[in-house]
Amino acid sequence: MPSLKDLKNRINSVKSTRKITKAMQMVAAAKLKRAQDAAAASRPYAQRMASVVANLAGSMGEGSSGPKLLSGTGSDQTHLVVVLTSERGLAGGFNTYVVKEARRLIAELAGAGKTVKILTVGKKGREQLKREYSELFVGHLDLSEVKGNDYSEAGIGLGKEITGRFESGEFDVATLVYSQFKNVLSQVPVAQQLIPAQAPENAETIDLKGATYIYEPSQEEILETLLPRYINTQIISAMLESGAGEQAARMTAMDNATRNAGEMIDDLSMEYNRARQAQITKELIEIISGAEAL
Amino acid sequence: MASKLHFSLVSPAKELFSGEVDHVIAPGTEGEFGVLVNHAPFMTTLKNGVVRVLENDTTRMRLFVRGGFADVTPAGLTILAEEAVDLSTVDAAKVDAELEDARNKLAAEGKEGPHAATLKAQVDYLSDLKSAVVN
Repeated sequence: MPSLKDLKNRINSVKSTRKITKAMQMVAAAKLKRAQDAAAASRPYAQRMASVVANLAGSMGEGSSGPKLLSGTGSDQTHLVVVLTSERGLAGGFNTYVVKEARRLIAELAGAGKTVKILTVGKKGREQLKREYSELFVGHLDLSEVKGNDYSEAGIGLGKEITGRFESGEFDVATLVYSQFKNVLSQVPVAQQLIPAQAPENAETIDLKGATYIYEPSQEEILETLLPRYINTQIISAMLESGAGEQAARMTAMDNATRNAGEMIDDLSMEYNRARQAQITKELIEIISGAEAL
Repeated sequence: MASKLHFSLVSPAKELFSGEVDHVIAPGTEGEFGVLVNHAPFMTTLKNGVVRVLENDTTRMRLFVRGGFADVTPAGLTILAEEAVDLSTVDAAKVDAELEDARNKLAAEGKEGPHAATLKAQVDYLSDLKSAVVN
């Protein structure tokens, strides 16, 4: 039976834990709002970009192969898996789900006899994957330098690194695993192919009504500048979605933690009061029996 | 009344313009071009410069873009800019200060520094922007 003093200490410690989780929840809620706004603001650009790429890819003549970023190397032996997770923990199952999806993909590719290379973005994914796959790691990108929701620099940097590795022939196919922000309560881990570039299936293509495109300078040159940017845009919007998802997951996790701490405090206070009453009763009995004995 | 051209200009940060207009003049890498309604499908890269939106032959809006793409389809004109600002909201003195700052940084970095290319692009962009604001 814990003493009154022990109970008192525990209640106080749970109370301070609740204060912390409550504060973290409120901070996450405020950050979520900003992250969601940033993700929403970037969406029109990404959508237009996707439909421009879809148009271009659709009007590529049969036989002309186009740049390698679009048509691939002709092989799919070596895969690069880019895993995008958060820098910080305490976000419930957020990173675990992304890592789980990455593991599934890696196992599937390895099972099909492919060579897999892993590039991690964000500390948490590296920590969780390093134990199993340390020999497959080819790089890591730190996101701790990113301030606010400005991922453009980090995204362009990552895009350059990936296209650079692709051009030097390090891999044939690149897939980005990240957490897609559906709504505050659900973030879905998805695997999205980056290279060879794919126009999203739902991108609206525009009917040209039989006319053909005029290109300035030329279709090849436009594709060559457009594709790296398209890849960067995909990476940046994935980072924004993941950022919003992280805050949403943290908010939900901290809300649960706050509620659990509240319940714990109620239980402990009940126990504390019982113990206190038991002690008073005991003291009374002692006094009364002492008086009777006299 | 002839139908109008649907024009939208988006940058990674936000959608700056979307709506029906008469005429848009944009700075293509191979020269300035104008787009009216029912233009043939056309795609080009853009250089730094001013996109003018015209309504009944008067300029309604001037936007400065920093590179990007223009895509003309039967559905309208879409400009994907790397960076874009509405010139009516630009403060000339601020641009001057930023240009000065970027120039100093470039000078400090030297020609061989790792960020020299980025800084050079920034200086070019700002000086183009400055001349667009003055005019």
